[in-house]
Amino acid sequence: MPIAAIILLPLLGAALPPLVARHGRPAPAWAAALVTSAALAITLWLTPQVLAGGEIHSHRDWIPLLGLSLSFRLDGLALLFVLLITGIGLLVFLYAFYYLPAKDGLGRFYALLLLFQGAMLGIVLSDNLLLLLIFWELTSLSSFLLIAYNPQTRVARQGARMALAITAGGGLALLAGFLLLGAIVGSFELSVVLASGDLVREHPLHLPALLLILAGAFTKSAQFPFHFWLPNAMSAPTPVSAYLHSATMVKAGVFLLARLFPVFSGTETWFYLVGGVGMFTLLFGAYIAIFKHDLKGLLAYSTISHLGLITFLFGLGTPLGAVAALFHVGNHAVFKASLFMAAGIIDHETGTRDMRQINGLWRFMPYTATLAMVAAAAMAGVPLLNGFLSKEMFFAETVHTDWLGPLNWLIPTAATLAGIFAVAYSMRFIHDVFFNGAPIDLPRTPHEPPFWMKIPVAVLVAACLLIGIVPAQTVRPILDVGVDSLLGFSPDFSLAIWHGLSLPFLMSLIALLGGLALYSQRQRLFAAHDRYFPRTSGAAAFQYTVLRVRQLANDLIARIDNESLRRYVAWLIGTTIVLAATPLLLGDFHLAGERAPTPLDGIAATILLVLAVATLATVRVRRQRLRALIVISLVGLMVTLTFIHFSAPDLALTQLSVELITTVLMLLALFFLPGDPALSVSRWRHRRDLTLAAVAGLGTAIVAFALMTRTTPSISDYFLAFSKPFGGGQNVVNVILVDFRGLDTLGEITVLAIAATAIVALLWRLRLPIRAGDPTGRPWADDRHPLIMAAMSRPLLPLALTVAVFILLRGHNSPGGGFIAGLVAAVGLILQLLASGLAWTEARLRVSYFALVGVGLLLAAATGLGSLAFDRPFLTSATLHPHVSILGDLELASALAFDIGVFLVVLGTVMLILEGLGRLNRPGAANMSPRGED
Amino acid sequence: MILSLSIYAALAMLAVAILLNLWRLAIGPDDTDRVLALDTLFINTIALLVVLGIHFDTTVYFESALVLALIGFIGTAAFCKYQLRGDLIE
Repeated sequence: MPIAAIILLPLLGAALPPLVARHGRPAPAWAAALVTSAALAITLWLTPQVLAGGEIHSHRDWIPLLGLSLSFRLDGLALLFVLLITGIGLLVFLYAFYYLPAKDGLGRFYALLLLFQGAMLGIVLSDNLLLLLIFWELTSLSSFLLIAYNPQTRVARQGARMALAITAGGGLALLAGFLLLGAIVGSFELSVVLASGDLVREHPLHLPALLLILAGAFTKSAQFPFHFWLPNAMSAPTPVSAYLHSATMVKAGVFLLARLFPVFSGTETWFYLVGGVGMFTLLFGAYIAIFKHDLKGLLAYSTISHLGLITFLFGLGTPLGAVAALFHVGNHAVFKASLFMAAGIIDHETGTRDMRQINGLWRFMPYTATLAMVAAAAMAGVPLLNGFLSKEMFFAETVHTDWLGPLNWLIPTAATLAGIFAVAYSMRFIHDVFFNGAPIDLPRTPHEPPFWMKIPVAVLVAACLLIGIVPAQTVRPILDVGVDSLLGFSPDFSLAIWHGLSLPFLMSLIALLGGLALYSQRQRLFAAHDRYFPRTSGAAAFQYTVLRVRQLANDLIARIDNESLRRYVAWLIGTTIVLAATPLLLGDFHLAGERAPTPLDGIAATILLVLAVATLATVRVRRQRLRALIVISLVGLMVTLTFIHFSAPDLALTQLSVELITTVLMLLALFFLPGDPALSVSRWRHRRDLTLAAVAGLGTAIVAFALMTRTTPSISDYFLAFSKPFGGGQNVVNVILVDFRGLDTLGEITVLAIAATAIVALLWRLRLPIRAGDPTGRPWADDRHPLIMAAMSRPLLPLALTVAVFILLRGHNSPGGGFIAGLVAAVGLILQLLASGLAWTEARLRVSYFALVGVGLLLAAATGLGSLAFDRPFLTSATLHPHVSILGDLELASALAFDIGVFLVVLGTVMLILEGLGRLNRPGAANMSPRGED
Repeated sequence: MILSLSIYAALAMLAVAILLNLWRLAIGPDDTDRVLALDTLFINTIALLVVLGIHFDTTVYFESALVLALIGFIGTAAFCKYQLRGDLIE
């Protein structure tokens, strides 16, 4: 699976930079570069095979029922993109190291970049539509995090949110489109889909599928009218922009157009939609770019325009159009990445990006200026540079287009016009920044950046020149196989610089001269633009919509929600009653079933009587909170006894531990509550609640009775029969938890971990006032930790831990298991917190509870994944049978490791929550980190 | 013979003790009395479980009794700490 490794390396390697971040600033950068280099090396190793015309496939089932599989393909198209993503990625890594402020720890940054890179590689290498979509959404998420790298600034947050809303929204449309496409073809495998072009194009669902898929591609590639997220994403650090808006992210959309080119292209709909949108975006982006005073804003709109160009070329549906499109994908990535980097250097050195201030930088940074000017010339399409070649191919294609009949001349005209705009904004980038007088009010005096910061730019500019001068020797082979994977053959095309005095060359010439002329008249142009161009912006409309929706939601909530807990519960119980009673009342319901009731035994009757009385007593004293808590302990005890009496020791043990932990939790919370509540409920509400409670209780009793007097088919028999042979344990409850329903348990402990994290986050830095005495006014005792109590408590910890370990190890065959063991261990620790205090315990227990939870989760998940290595489904258990004294025949099922994971998560979660509550009143705790770092 | 007789006697005495605990729990008068009543009730329940275990000749009750002892003590400690200091974990 070398192809999967190309994706997995950056995805898993993303964990590396934060881990090594403590070893100094360069460590994360080196780690990231190492990971990407490895992925690049694998690709280069496979390249000869692909260049020889061989596509490499790998396939592994994931969820065959849904048509989702882990299948990858490395063909010419994928190869081109992988080389761009990893190659430019490496340069961006180097650049970012010098760009980001020295005080920044770089762990998070490189982790996010690697994550994003892995997701991008996943998109281009997937051979399954659903898999591709997963990576597609992953790029949306990770780019969101990258754009919001400095979440303190409002612009960054807004830009990131907008990008996420637009691209992830497009992703949803794409999902729908893929589902339709999969339904038409009957498979989600790309290999099958690509071979079914005719079937798809003649299918009645062709148009909706195409529209949805294009919505996905256009949002990602910032095509009009979804373009506005891209300029707003410029709030990202410049290395991120250089990466996202040159080789990756926005190229995902055009990649999709290329990938599905054999399936959809060539129809009239395809041309008008893709070609039309592309052409409009090309013109629109190029025009707006001229007027952006922000350096990065200019580059952003230029990117939009170039993406429009590529989209238009794909829209033509001709073989040579596809060649030009692919060629321009690479060329644009190379010169745009270098331009963004140059803009970043200028921003870095001058402290601003406003071209009205930055002038005449040639004198301050001649090397950077030279590099940037060459790259900008490539963007404008000046001969001897790579941009010229693909642009001329584009012009040539527009001349040969025959879709519009008598209006055919419109297309080359529009293309030339866009060319003129492109030259004008490139000229502005060159002339405004590096010449045009002296700088105005710069925050900093500019000078050349560090040597290594220029290297990535220089490498890219060298590539521009190399490709531009000797295209046939450099990019031809890869372009050939790339086109081959789109068309199934490689069309004859010439990559020469000089094709004679042809119409396309003439168009290039007009564009160059026209652009220069336009730029020389820029003052008049700016004035005209300010006066006549409509003041609408997609971003503003988007923000307005978001605000309106939020306001509507708030109004609605304010109308129906009075934040009364009593009302919530009343609605909850009332709804449940209606839902449960309706079928019973409407249907043919007999209370008693066919089974005779078991005779009443004395013990059960007594327990139940005490239980009922204690419950009523709790209700009676509910306003004296402490007393209610004491009485409800009796209820808990009676429930436990009921479990013991009916032979459910697992439940009894769990009930007991949960009972105690809840009591401690309530006592902790009670301390911060104001005095006992006064009566404030109206008589009517009182009656309503009483009725609800009575009906709900009675209803539950009726349903329970009806159910227990019937013999219903049950799955318990299955579990009882197969617990030993399949799960390797005699304790059915535990085997169900860790084996039969292991996935559910994994989900549950994950929820526990999330809940603990959320609780800690909510309590974080919350400080509450303390009451000076108890509700009766009696002052608190002076002795915080009575000596006798502390001395009595300490020996109980090892005892409790022993019991916990015993229960844990033995759980698979006798009552017990990780959950109960975790609770018992927590109980032992809680006692130390009570008797000796937080500081004492912390000084001796140097374990971060977060680490416990994390290790536990990882262990449980790893156990589950372990079975995959033996080609068994997730969480299949394996057993060993060593005999250990005292514990008896110990079933060392792999489920035990899983159970230890459960144990750690439960222990960690309980302690995190209790400790979080216990910290609430500590004045000095404000500077304590919840991560347990200090 | 003697064993079963003594078991019955023990069960009867424990039942009376538990009833008295419940009575104290009901009348109070103080919350401290109730905490004490609850604690004693836990102890008597442990005894009851162990005696019942001997009576039915089974070991399943013992573990419950063990955990009950642990939990009962800590519960009482928590209530006492609350009464004394209000703040459980300081």
